[in-house]
Amino acid sequence: MITISGLNAGYGGSEILTDVHAEFPTGKISVIIGPNGCGKSTTIRSILRLVPEAKGEISLDGVSLDTLTQKELARKIAYLPQSRQVGDIEVQRMVMHGRFPYLGYPRKYRKEDYEKVAQALEWMELTDLAHRNMQNLSGGQRQKVYLALALAQDTEVILMDEPTTYLDIRNQLELLERAKRLAESGKTIIMILHDFEETLHYADHVVLMSGGKVMTSGTAEEVLRSPKMTEAFQVTPRFYRAEDGLHCYIVP
Amino acid sequence: MKNSKSSSSKLNGKVILLLAAAFCVAAAVLNICLGASGMSLPKLWEALISGPGTSAASRILWYVRLPRTVATLLSGAALAVSGAVIQKVLSNQLASPHIIGVNSGAGLAVAVCTAAGLYSAWTIAGFAFAGALGATFLVVAIGKRIGASRTTVVLSGVAVNACLSAITEGISTMVPDAALANADFRVGGFSSVNQSRLLPSAILIIAAIIIICTLSNDLEVLSLGDDTAQSLGLKVTRTRNFVLTLAALLAGTSVMIAGVLGFVGLIVPHIARRMIGNSSGYMLPFCALLGAGFVAVCDLAARMLFSPYELPTGILLSAIGGPFFVWLLLKRKEKRTA
Repeated sequence: MITISGLNAGYGGSEILTDVHAEFPTGKISVIIGPNGCGKSTTIRSILRLVPEAKGEISLDGVSLDTLTQKELARKIAYLPQSRQVGDIEVQRMVMHGRFPYLGYPRKYRKEDYEKVAQALEWMELTDLAHRNMQNLSGGQRQKVYLALALAQDTEVILMDEPTTYLDIRNQLELLERAKRLAESGKTIIMILHDFEETLHYADHVVLMSGGKVMTSGTAEEVLRSPKMTEAFQVTPRFYRAEDGLHCYIVP
Repeated sequence: MKNSKSSSSKLNGKVILLLAAAFCVAAAVLNICLGASGMSLPKLWEALISGPGTSAASRILWYVRLPRTVATLLSGAALAVSGAVIQKVLSNQLASPHIIGVNSGAGLAVAVCTAAGLYSAWTIAGFAFAGALGATFLVVAIGKRIGASRTTVVLSGVAVNACLSAITEGISTMVPDAALANADFRVGGFSSVNQSRLLPSAILIIAAIIIICTLSNDLEVLSLGDDTAQSLGLKVTRTRNFVLTLAALLAGTSVMIAGVLGFVGLIVPHIARRMIGNSSGYMLPFCALLGAGFVAVCDLAARMLFSPYELPTGILLSAIGGPFFVWLLLKRKEKRTA
């Protein structure tokens, strides 16, 4: 479990997060929702020590992340950023970099590293694209490569910052299904989503943020039905129950 | 994962590396054999084994052609690897030590050094390195300060380059002795290679290239962007500063040997990328070999094209590099509009 307590963070002297407390259970999909600029990405980036002005306590299974070296942290937590520059690099080579936290000096790959990369490519059904250049792939294929990179990193936790942005609906659902299977295999997934219906369907645990603070947390239904939702988003989600379960929609 | 395709691409990398080494050796032999006084291969062999000073041919070999050829090889390898590193770190294939002012920084430092009457090889090496290093970090700092899009970093480098070159010219105008001493530096060439500078240069260049080659993984991870690199466990700032320091050391040492040679650090990494791929583990050693052979061939052409007149190699490189740079810009435009 990742536990955040008393986290204050910001950039260039301006504070974005104020006294954030949150818990993300092991082997579950936790989704952070909230309006733009409320500090969702800053929270995720703080877990990885990517925000220099972050103060507070963040721990993984009771061990403070501050006590870990950069490489130790990378062996425990993988990260899919919201956007990144598309490198002039082959898919297989890109996924090999997921093994970087395990390399000594000089940087020689071991048999185990090749095996982990092969498994990650196979799991993401990328074996046929292994020798394609990243710049020649579609957005959906690239996102699969980034997830394969995170899998090759072989971590307990995967953080995903808006992983479905820029993806068409089929690719969004495919990515979320894979995230669900990863959680079922024991990995802790923390992701930022904007879609309430997807949140309701895939999240085991939801954290609602607004104005740099955690407003509430709980199961998806509890949070989405909470009056805090209207306070945070200025809209009220509506619900209906169908044969396949509860659904959520917004009326403008 | 060591599947057939992966091992065949590794084999290709090894084959290409061997071909590059052969090109390098051929360029060096031609550079030694051809010139105002031609030297056949048997004569070259004889002069090599007889040692310096016993015949006219051996004196030409040991005191003129060999130092000059070694200088072209060292300088070419250094500039090519420096360019490849700078392009990776700045994630910009238009960057090179010449374009972003690293060479000019070294050139200015050498001008200051000679104006102050300091001519020792190690002192000049130290100044050249410090100048290249200062220019590199100035460009990176400006890029960071103004928000560093990939183009902005290159543009700030162009501005730094112009300023440093202007100061160098100013020093050369005001201190005529320094101008005379560093005239070769400003144009760039191998007509007056200082043999005492070759040994320290060779030590620095070979050591820096070996260290950089062992860090090719780190360089690639760095080029994925700061957040990704840090999340993969790389100490981003420390690694960036370290590899840029080595790149500056290479460019500065090259300036110490041959003056300000333009475009090698731009042209060679591009050709290397096209031949071997951007993410190959062989990219950096390939760049070193290709750069060494390329500058040796350019120096040979500069000597032979208008014989008996000799063109400074720096002028020939600029004549090739200018159009190459424009071609690159056109290619990038095509890629954007495709």
